[in-house]
Amino acid sequence: MSTPPPTLPQPARPTRRRPVSRPNLWQITSVTVALILALPVLVIFGHVFLPTGDVWQHLRETMLGEYVTNSLLLLFGVGVGVLVIGVPVAWLVSVCEFPGRRIFQWALMLPLAMPAYIIAYTYTGMLDFTGPVQVLIRDLTGLGFGQYWFPEIRSLTGAMLMLTLVLYPYVYLLTRAAFLEQSVCVLEVSRTLGSGPYAGFFRVALPLARPAVIAGLTLALMEVLADYGTVAYFGIATFTTGIFRTWYGLADPAAAAQLAAVLLSFVFVLILLERWSRVRARFHHTSSRYSNLPRYQLRGWKATAAVAACLLPILFGFLIPAVQLSIWAAQTTSHWVNPAFAQLVFNTFYLAALAAVIAVALALILAYARRMQGGFITGLAVRVAGLGYAVPGTVIAIGVMLPFAWFDNTLDAFMRAQFGISTGLLLSGTLAALLFAYAVRFLAVSLQTVEAGLGKIKPSMDDAARSLGMRPLGTLTRVHLPIMRGTLLTALLLVFVDVLKELPATLILRPFDFNTLAVRAFELAGDERLAESSSAALAIVLVGLLPVILLSLTIERSRPGQRQRMQNRGEARQNEPLAVPAGTQTA
Amino acid sequence: MFRHSLKVFAIAAVGAALGLPAAVHADDEVNLYSARQENLIKPLLDDFTRDTGISVNLLTGRADELLQRLRLEGRNSPADVLITVDAGNLHQAKKAGVLSAIESDVLDQRVPESFRDEDGQWYGLSLRARPIMYHKDKVDPSELSTYEALTDPKWRGRICIRSSSNVYNQSMVSAMIASEGSEAASQWVEGLVANLARPPQGGDRDQIRAAAAGVCDIAIANTYYLGAMLAGDDATQREAAEQLGVFFPNQEDRGTHVNISGAGVTTHAPNRENAVRLIEFLTSEEAQRWYAEANQEYPVRPDVPASEVLQGFGDFKMDTLNLSLLGEHNAEAVRIMDRARWR
Repeated sequence: MSTPPPTLPQPARPTRRRPVSRPNLWQITSVTVALILALPVLVIFGHVFLPTGDVWQHLRETMLGEYVTNSLLLLFGVGVGVLVIGVPVAWLVSVCEFPGRRIFQWALMLPLAMPAYIIAYTYTGMLDFTGPVQVLIRDLTGLGFGQYWFPEIRSLTGAMLMLTLVLYPYVYLLTRAAFLEQSVCVLEVSRTLGSGPYAGFFRVALPLARPAVIAGLTLALMEVLADYGTVAYFGIATFTTGIFRTWYGLADPAAAAQLAAVLLSFVFVLILLERWSRVRARFHHTSSRYSNLPRYQLRGWKATAAVAACLLPILFGFLIPAVQLSIWAAQTTSHWVNPAFAQLVFNTFYLAALAAVIAVALALILAYARRMQGGFITGLAVRVAGLGYAVPGTVIAIGVMLPFAWFDNTLDAFMRAQFGISTGLLLSGTLAALLFAYAVRFLAVSLQTVEAGLGKIKPSMDDAARSLGMRPLGTLTRVHLPIMRGTLLTALLLVFVDVLKELPATLILRPFDFNTLAVRAFELAGDERLAESSSAALAIVLVGLLPVILLSLTIERSRPGQRQRMQNRGEARQNEPLAVPAGTQTA
Repeated sequence: MFRHSLKVFAIAAVGAALGLPAAVHADDEVNLYSARQENLIKPLLDDFTRDTGISVNLLTGRADELLQRLRLEGRNSPADVLITVDAGNLHQAKKAGVLSAIESDVLDQRVPESFRDEDGQWYGLSLRARPIMYHKDKVDPSELSTYEALTDPKWRGRICIRSSSNVYNQSMVSAMIASEGSEAASQWVEGLVANLARPPQGGDRDQIRAAAAGVCDIAIANTYYLGAMLAGDDATQREAAEQLGVFFPNQEDRGTHVNISGAGVTTHAPNRENAVRLIEFLTSEEAQRWYAEANQEYPVRPDVPASEVLQGFGDFKMDTLNLSLLGEHNAEAVRIMDRARWR
C-alpha cells in the first residue's frame, strides 16, 4: 500500500497524555475488563507448558503439513475473494448512482446472516452429484457418472467460495462505513486538483479507508481460521479440524490446546505486523466541513456492470440458498409451525441482542481508555482478548469453563469448609457464562469497528471538550458517541448477527433446556437431515434480516453530510445530543 | 430511541446475569447430558415424565464436550445421567471417573452382558451395525466376504466412506485393532484408502447416495441411516436407498462391527434414584420399540424385535467384542488413519 499524498491525512499528534499520578477509574476499569476478557485465551496459552508425549512428532510426520498448507490456502483464497467483492461494491454504492443502488446498499449485507456451514450444506445439496442440477444435466444429455465434467463443490476451492460469499460483507460493511464517514472535502479537493473518479478512489478514498478495509479483512480471515463446520463437511484438513482431531481422536487435549496456541500466535503476529505497518499513518478526519458530493451517475455498460457487481454476491450469497431453504422449509412445516419454535426464535434474538450490547459496551470502554491513556497492560490484554475471534468457539468455551468451574468449585469448597453451606455452581452453566464467552469471542468484532470509528475522530476534539470542562465520560457520551453513531450501530449489527449464527460455544455452555436456532439447525443438519434443518436456518437468516435493514438505513443517515443537510432543513432537534453535527464541536 | 434501547438492554443484561441460577434441585427431576440430539430423545423423555411425574432437564451436545463439561464441573455438576451415541465415549467417561456403578437387577437382566460395562458403570440402550452396502446392479453379494477383503485390488476406486474424523470410523478401526492387532489394522486401513473412489467427504447418507448414483459401488455406513432413508418421506432418498443391498461381513469369524448408544449415572448425581429409573425406562419395551421404529436402530434387548425395515436386511452375527476396547484403542486408530492419509 502506497503512502497517501502528504497533504491529505494529517499525521496525528500523539494522543498520549502525561501519565496521571494516581490511577483513575478509567484506567482501573479498563485494565480489569481487559484482563478478565483475556483470561480464556490465556488459559489456552497456558497449555503450552503441559507435556504431550509424542503427539507432536506424530503430527509432524503425518498431517501437520496438510493442516498448515490448507489453512494458508484457504486464508489466501478467501482474503482475495472478500477484498475483490467487498471493496468495489462498497465504493459503488457509496459514491456512484446506478439503478437499484438504494436497495443494493443494504441487500449486500444479507449474506452476513447466512451461517457458513448452512450455505455449504445447501450448495452441496444442490450441486452434488445427486442434487437437482446434475440430475437435470444427466436427464438432458443422457450421460452418466464420469462422462461429463462438473466442478466438485466439496473441495478447497468450494470452501473458499462458500466462505467468501458469507464473509465479504465484513469488508463491505466496514469499508462502506469508512467511505461514508470520510470528509467529503478531501474528495472535493482531489476532484478540483484534477483527479478523475479512479484516481479519487485509488489515491484518496482507498488509502483513507485502509484501516477499515484491513479491519474487515482481519475479521473475515479470523472467521476463516475459526470455521469448523464447512471444512469438516467438505473433508478438508485444516488447523481447526486438526485441533478437534487431536483433542477427540488422539485424546490429547493439551496437544490440541497447543495447536490452538500456535494458531493464535500466528494471528497475533499478523495483527502486530499490520499495526506496525501503519503506525506512522493515522487517518483522522482533518476537516469538519461536510457537504453532499454529487454521485457519479453511471450510464450504459458502466451501470450494467455496477448492477451485476452488486447483484451477483447477493444472488449467490443469499437469494439462491434462501430460496432453496424456503423450498425445504415448506416441505417440513411440522418442524416449525409450533410454539416451541417460537421459543427458539425468542431465545436466539434475546441472547444475540444482549450479547451485542455487552460486547460493544466493553469495546467502547477499552477503546476509549486506550485513547486516553494507552497503557501497555491494557493494550496487550486487549490484543490478547481480541484473538478470541480466530479460535474455534469450542476452544474458547473450554477456556471459559475452566476458570469459571474453578471459581465455583473453590468458592463452594471454601464455603463448605467454613460455614457448612454449599454454594454449588454459581456461574458455570448459566447464561452469564455464555454471554461472557460471546464477549470474548466477539470482542475483536466490536473492538475493531469501534477503534476504527474512534480513530477517525481528531484528538483535538477531546482536547477542546476537556478544556471546556467536560469529564472523560461526558466527552465520550456527548462528543464521541454522537459522531460514532454509525460505527456503533455497525458494531452492534456485526456482533448480533455473529451471535445468531454462533454454534460451538452455545452448544457446550448453554443451560439446561435452552436451545437456539443455530443449535437446532446444527443438530438436524449434522445428522444429514437438511430439509428438516432448513426452517431453523431460514429463521436465523430472517431474524438477522430485520436489524440488517434497519441499521443499514440508520448508518446511511449517519453520514455527516446527510445530517447537516437535514439540520439545515430544520428537521433535526437542536437540543438532542445525538443530532449534534459532527462539525460544530471544534467550532 | 437508540439510547432508550441501550437502557432496556442494560437492565435485561443485569437481570439475566443475576436471575438465572445454575441448576434447580428438586426431588422430582433428573438432569440429563445427552449426546443424542434433542429430537431423537425428547419424545421418550416426555413419556418418562408422563409415567413417573419426574421432569427431565435436557442438555444436548457432542459427547466429548459434554464429558469435558462434566469433568470441569466436578462434584457440583448438576448432571445425573450421561448418554452417548458410541461406546468409546462411555469408556472415556468411565476412565475420567465421572461415572459410577449402577446397582439394578432390571438393567442386568435386560441388557446383554456384551453391551454393558463389566463394572456396571454404563449400559447400552440401542445398537447400530456398520455393514457393507453395495449397489445391487454392480456388485454380486457373492463377491463380498469380510471387511478385510475390501482391500483387494479389484475394489480399486469403487468404495465410498466418510472422513476418519468421524467416531464411527474410529471405532470400526479400533475394533479391528482389538481383534486382529495394530499391524493388521494398519494394513487394512492402507488397503482401504487405496481403493477409495473419492477423497472422504460428507456424512454416511452422502456415501449411500453416492453409491446409488454411481460414484462408487460400495458404501460403508451405519444401518440406521439406510433404514431412515428407506422408511422416510423423501422419495429421492428412498429411491437412492433402494438401489443398495446390505451385506453383513465377517459372518464366518468375529461378526459384523456394531456400536451402541448407552447411558451411565454420574459420580456426583444429585438425583441418583431418578437417574437409575430413567435408564431403566430407556430399556423398557416401550422405549426400545421407539428406538426401533423412530430411529431404525436395533433394540439392545434381544426380546424386542427390530423394525420391519431392519429385519429386511436379514439376521446377522454381531461382533461381540468387549466394547470398552473401542475406547481403549481409539487414539491408536486415529494415528493409523493419519499415517494412511485417510482424511
